[in-house]
Amino acid sequence: MTSLLPVALLAVPLLGALLLLVAPTALRPWLRVYGLVVSGVALVLAVVMVATFDYGQAARPQFAVDREWISGLGLHFHLAVDGISLPLIALTALLTFLCFVYLSWGDARGPGQLLRARAGGARPRAMVFTLLVLEVGMIGTFLALDLLLFFVFFEIVLIPMYFLIAIWGGKGRRGASIKFILYTLLGSVVMLLGLLLVWARTGTLDIVALGQAHGAGMPRAVQILAFVAIGVGLAVKTPMWPLHTWLPDAHTEAPTVGSVLLAGVLLKMGTYGFARIAIPVLPEGAVAVAPWLGAFAVVGIVYGALACLAQRDLKRMIAYSSVGHMGFVLLGFATLTTVGVNGALFANVAHGLITGLLFFLAGAIKERYGTADMRVLGGGMLATLPHLGSVLTFAAIASLGVPGLAGFWGEMLSLFGAFQPGDGLPRGLFLTFMVIGGLGAVLTAAYFLVMLSRVTHGLPERAVPAAVARSGALGSRPPGPSDGGIGRRGLRDIQGYEWAAWVPLIVLILLFGLWPKLLLSLTTPAVQTLLGALS
Amino acid sequence: MIQQIDYFVIAVPLVLALVAGLVLMLDAFLPTGRRTQTGLGLVSLGGIVVALGFVVAQAVRGGGSRATFCVPESLATAAGAGSAAACSFVVDRFTLIFAGLVLVAAVVVVLMSMSELAGGGIPAGEWYFLVLCTLVGAVTLPASRDLIMLVVALELVSLPVFALTALKRYDGRSSEAAVKLFLVSVVSTAVMLFGVSLLYGIAGTVYLSRLASVFSGTVAAPGAATPEAHSSLLAADHGLPGVVTVGLVLVVAGFAFKIAAVPFHSWAADVYQGAPVPVAALLSVISKAAGFAGLILLLVAALPGQASTWTPIIAVVAALTMTVGNLLAMRQRSAVRLLAWSSVAQSGYILAPLAVAAQTGATAAGPSLTVGAAGAAGAAGAAGAAGAAGAAGAAGAAGAAGATGLVAAADAAGAVGASVAYLVIYAAMNLGAFAVVMLVSRTTARNELDDYRGLAFRSPVAAIALAFCLICLAGLPPGLAGLFAKVVVFREIIEGGAGWLAVVMAVNTVIGLYYYVVWTARLFTPVEAVPAGVRRAVPAVWVAVGIALVVALLFSVAPQLVLGVTSLSASG
Repeated sequence: MTSLLPVALLAVPLLGALLLLVAPTALRPWLRVYGLVVSGVALVLAVVMVATFDYGQAARPQFAVDREWISGLGLHFHLAVDGISLPLIALTALLTFLCFVYLSWGDARGPGQLLRARAGGARPRAMVFTLLVLEVGMIGTFLALDLLLFFVFFEIVLIPMYFLIAIWGGKGRRGASIKFILYTLLGSVVMLLGLLLVWARTGTLDIVALGQAHGAGMPRAVQILAFVAIGVGLAVKTPMWPLHTWLPDAHTEAPTVGSVLLAGVLLKMGTYGFARIAIPVLPEGAVAVAPWLGAFAVVGIVYGALACLAQRDLKRMIAYSSVGHMGFVLLGFATLTTVGVNGALFANVAHGLITGLLFFLAGAIKERYGTADMRVLGGGMLATLPHLGSVLTFAAIASLGVPGLAGFWGEMLSLFGAFQPGDGLPRGLFLTFMVIGGLGAVLTAAYFLVMLSRVTHGLPERAVPAAVARSGALGSRPPGPSDGGIGRRGLRDIQGYEWAAWVPLIVLILLFGLWPKLLLSLTTPAVQTLLGALS
Repeated sequence: MIQQIDYFVIAVPLVLALVAGLVLMLDAFLPTGRRTQTGLGLVSLGGIVVALGFVVAQAVRGGGSRATFCVPESLATAAGAGSAAACSFVVDRFTLIFAGLVLVAAVVVVLMSMSELAGGGIPAGEWYFLVLCTLVGAVTLPASRDLIMLVVALELVSLPVFALTALKRYDGRSSEAAVKLFLVSVVSTAVMLFGVSLLYGIAGTVYLSRLASVFSGTVAAPGAATPEAHSSLLAADHGLPGVVTVGLVLVVAGFAFKIAAVPFHSWAADVYQGAPVPVAALLSVISKAAGFAGLILLLVAALPGQASTWTPIIAVVAALTMTVGNLLAMRQRSAVRLLAWSSVAQSGYILAPLAVAAQTGATAAGPSLTVGAAGAAGAAGAAGAAGAAGAAGAAGAAGAAGATGLVAAADAAGAVGASVAYLVIYAAMNLGAFAVVMLVSRTTARNELDDYRGLAFRSPVAAIALAFCLICLAGLPPGLAGLFAKVVVFREIIEGGAGWLAVVMAVNTVIGLYYYVVWTARLFTPVEAVPAGVRRAVPAVWVAVGIALVVALLFSVAPQLVLGVTSLSASG
């Protein structure tokens, strides 16, 4: 019975999306609730999965489904969950649900919400459909235990995300969406070649079997080649410097929910691939390439931080901060130690929560001010919009890695892993990485504090353009007592739907920050298994 | 002595030829009018379905291959050209797959034709007659096992197509396309015939199985002097003179024209654009399938011994074809031209596995080729590598040996299977795209990509069908058929050790994605002013779209259907 759970997790959003295609008119009045209900059911299923997961055997794939799909290709429909994928699946279901909450809570006509009229049509049905298909792809990627099936789900994600950017995006959406899809597709094709190379050498597509074989049957040269090919594909998605250039544009142009899911889940698919496929299946390749991976990772950390310092657009800055944070994740993987990989996986989840929240906030700011340019925003948000300013401060501080919040542990463990890297890795080099990474962490703090000082602090000096203020006031219903106060210049502070979407994230950031063992105890056994070949 | 003809074996082309004649007669005697026009379409459709029924019956009968038009035993031994059976017409799995592909595609093309003809201005009787004639050639070609049959069948495929292209009278573009196609085709035929005559001159036989034994060195070449005499630069393998290489290159060049492979590709876009849309669909699927069938037969059945000569040629041609096709497709504004170049690029993907087929085959079958007689040698050589091929060799009864040797000979099992699988899946996806283009062409005359803007709001079903087919062609999920087809080809190439070709193909896949995805995105871009529909499409096109889409969906969900059948075809 329990093995039906992963299938149901995929089937619910998929059927939800299909139903939307089959009966568009019948569902029209219910559209606002529809996405909420479907993603809510998926979230409930994910929670059930979290509740019934056997934590004593977190390393073992559970709820397994294994059916032969295409015997000519040896492709199995093999789904299962273990300690590495469980948090990511829960994160995906949660973020998708929160996106729907953000879109359709209340009367769904608030700024940035589903039924809000906009030029070219809001197209709420298409939006719900796109998000549900996206959810299928994202959850499927984390569930799949077959190389080709993984690839299929990995790719399924691209098309809805492309449309999300290309249809609901900002002014430069056309270029950004094409850049996004071409970049990631190029990476995917290279990854496919790597996967096929593994397949050609071992004759199996089963990730579990490949992981247990510890790379048997593949000579070192083949492993390195395959690791580089698969790694490039994953690194584009992660993104790793210097393959990151699609990310800032995509994030800047994407609608709020697109940015949230892109940062919160899609980037995790890249790093998850390292933990699930690249390192366990190709251990010798991993050892050979790890110093390079670490080098690119620390360059990414420093580069991301420096780029952030130079940004003026809030969304773009957060996008570049993702490059830096993903650098910590990659550095954690590159150490090939339990501590480092654990830290990477922790940072993965923490980044999903924190950056998801940050993009929600940036979207909200953009909706209110009509721009996300920090110079135009002026300062003093804490005075004009106290709640929004406070939450932004909270998220920024979480992101820069203050102890006690979720952002801290992942980075700390990654750096700690680099202090004592795995066997066969040059320790001196990794010590250097650690130092540079630590420097990057300082820079991260610097740019977030600069941002806060520009946006939340200081005196509110900027005069709001009349048109923006008016549309902000007229486009919504008259504020009730529960709406929160209206700012001094006609800007509204955090609305009900925004609180509903953000509070769970804030709570989780605090929870994982104060009680990291919750997550670490889950990933540790699985990480020990996947590093089995190296120790 | 009287030739025994197995009519069941030749039933498929026979039915089509009879129906072609019938259509011409009916057209002559029935009054002209819309009803006759539809009736002729339905008669053609009926003929194709009956032929398809025979294909199914032959497939169900099973039991290896069936041959007819064989050289009688007594004459065979007298000829002394080796003990390989020599038959001109063989129905085996390879033949059946191609016949099935051609006929199902033909159903879609005829349905599209009904809509095209409803516009008037094109004589219906001649149209259907010519389409059926092309089909006769296209089902005969994969069954041909001698050079003469091969050339005749290929001409039977090509000749009616010029006329079909030109049938849209008083249209300058159409006439230009017809002339271009005619010139290209005549030149390619001449080139190929020259190559064929050279091969015949060396081997002294036209039967593919005997050619195989001569060119792999098991049987002395009657047309060549002593082997020692040829040590020139061009000298072919197995001590054969350089003229074999020349003949081989000329024949490959001839086929390259037919499948629009680079550097013989330049006719494709103009002809596709000038021809009526159903003819473009026919060219891109049926005519191309026939070309590939001929090429595969010739390379794998007749010339496995010369693999070291033709594999590099095919590899380079495949790489060039996919690259040039994709680069040209990127710049197109017309829908049909884009599909034309994209189908050139797809030809490259279909060719790619053939380039490796023989590389693996040559190493496996090479050493054992000196043993025994030709057909058996080929099968035995492969048997070392594949058990299935061994079974085929054991079952090699007189008629069957040559045919099973065909694919087993070079151990090309996987490679030919991959090519054919790709071709089958490509046919479904491409026909779907053409059927929707046909639909749109009813409302917009120019048929440019910009005319597809906002199609999703005017005709959601058509837009979703086209989007699915394009995404399949691009090889992206959820168009899994295209993805799996590409995966099969990639696997074949990587296992064959042609890593560079895999990389070229990977880069090309991405280039291809660009224009397919951009076109798909256009379907969903909202437009302010919706152009009003000028002419309504005939329901037949919707049926065509439906068939193509259902097949593409089926291949996406269960690609096993194609992969299973084609891999079986490869192992005999």
